[in-house]
Amino acid sequence: MTRRVLNCGYVPLVDCAPLILAKELGFAEDEGVTLNLLRQPSWSALRDLLALGHLDAAHMLAPMPFVMSTGLSGPKSQIDVPIVLSANGTVLGVSRELAKRMRYKGWQADFRDPSAFATALFHVPFERLRVGVPFPFSMHRLLFEYLIAGFSDTDRSRIEIITTPPPLMADAVAEGHIDVFCVGEPWGTVAALSGAAELALPGTAIWAHAPEKVLGLRRGWIADNDDTSAALVRAVYRAAEWVGSAENRPLASEILARSEHLDLSDHVIDPALTGQIVPRAGNAPWTIDGFLKFHDGATTFPWRSLGAWIGHQISGLHRLDQSVSEETGAACFRPDLYRRYLGTSHVDMPGASAKVEGAMAHRTAVASARGAMLLGPDAFFDGKTFEFSAAE
Amino acid sequence: MKSDLKIVVVETDRDLAREIVDTLKDEEWNDITVLGDATGLARRITELEPDLVLIDLANPSRDALEQVSAATAADVRPVAMFVDHSDDEMTRAAMAAGLSAYVIGAPEPERVKSVLKTAIARFQVTSQMRRELELAKQALEDRKTIDRAKGMVMRAKNVSEEEAYTLMRKTAMSQNRKVIDVAQALLTASDLLG
Repeated sequence: MTRRVLNCGYVPLVDCAPLILAKELGFAEDEGVTLNLLRQPSWSALRDLLALGHLDAAHMLAPMPFVMSTGLSGPKSQIDVPIVLSANGTVLGVSRELAKRMRYKGWQADFRDPSAFATALFHVPFERLRVGVPFPFSMHRLLFEYLIAGFSDTDRSRIEIITTPPPLMADAVAEGHIDVFCVGEPWGTVAALSGAAELALPGTAIWAHAPEKVLGLRRGWIADNDDTSAALVRAVYRAAEWVGSAENRPLASEILARSEHLDLSDHVIDPALTGQIVPRAGNAPWTIDGFLKFHDGATTFPWRSLGAWIGHQISGLHRLDQSVSEETGAACFRPDLYRRYLGTSHVDMPGASAKVEGAMAHRTAVASARGAMLLGPDAFFDGKTFEFSAAE
Repeated sequence: MKSDLKIVVVETDRDLAREIVDTLKDEEWNDITVLGDATGLARRITELEPDLVLIDLANPSRDALEQVSAATAADVRPVAMFVDHSDDEMTRAAMAAGLSAYVIGAPEPERVKSVLKTAIARFQVTSQMRRELELAKQALEDRKTIDRAKGMVMRAKNVSEEEAYTLMRKTAMSQNRKVIDVAQALLTASDLLG
């Protein structure tokens, strides 16, 4: 068997675990692929290198394939998602000053109540609200925008989205450059422990199952390298399954901390992997169910409806044609590849390739290739559901 | 008159920034602003309204610039894009040199190209220098590690420096590893065992 060397870009965050583990635990080698993991300084650098063919594959923010395929961000390039790398894992935080002012307005700092958070936030008189997110096209931004959109009296022009690299988020709050932020762990914990900010909500409180990172491949590359693409997806699936199992998490945390790929110590990796989030320095942690998911509830499955939801939300924010965006978004997510690459193994497959997003308030059994599989919960905080004809 | 293209260089390293500015000024591009501060970058650029922004591909603050291109507010200048979509060759050359450039608005393509050519050449020299510096640093680090490991072997086995090195090299060869890897393993083991 010829061994293929695959250049895969990533940004050093806890949720690139499936890629690091696919390499470190030998799953990629088992599949005949040498995974060359290349750390990237920014999402835009990773995006450009993938678009121009310097990278074969990449760990990406879930909305990136859509914005790259439409040419909204960077050089236009059709990017497809054969497998989802993670769901959730984000936190929303506010500066200590803003938190104090929100408490005057009756905020109880209930970590599971987005409506109370948004109500208090918009009762604080402010000229402008500066919101830090890691990238303009990230689930972090989409979750924040989704949260505030429900509060119709929101004056949009007073809200300013400021892209801030996650490692600088704590400093940006401390120096008064941003008031609110939505970021992936461990950077929320770092900001909270620094005393500059407190965490107000986990991302799961806004959407219980938000696709966070995906594996992105160029559509043309997949066509020319189908076997390698399949091998990579199988290796990543095995890694996701391994890290998805609770008993493997302590070891996963250690491997990630010790690997050359992340510069994070295990005590900042742990909160994300265990879902024990400390909102304020010195407080007891909250336990968040499904805080960061890799495998449970068919997390790896690239539902077309996830892509359609992303296209739908971005079309609203950037005044794009809604139905075209939903279609383009849905087309980036490739359940057909997932089924073909993993269908011969032990992996269970859902019967459908799209679902009604937001319909499951609890874990729900659905029809699958082996009888039934458990999905969800995937509800939105406001109980809305999304059904896309583009995803059928 | 060449100096009517407004250029912003984002670079925290002052010496590097000066080199880039000097190179551009040699070519008579004179309207150049250097921004070093990572916070508030997008806001500053929006205020400055440059035609062209040059930034190191390795700069982690690059994502902050994406905000400028993603902004939808009417008062923000509309177009920002990566180099020039129509010129793949130049895009690739810039990338290979470690340079990213944002063209804002619609300045004359020929002028943009002329600036980019100069900047690419400058970045090529700089990244070459950086690579050499990295290699030199690494070599020095490796030598220190090997020396420390050699010292340990000398004490533990009561052998000469040369014998200690030969022993490490033999071990490395028989395990198909590099001497530096063996040295590192020795030091890690001794750290662990105290």
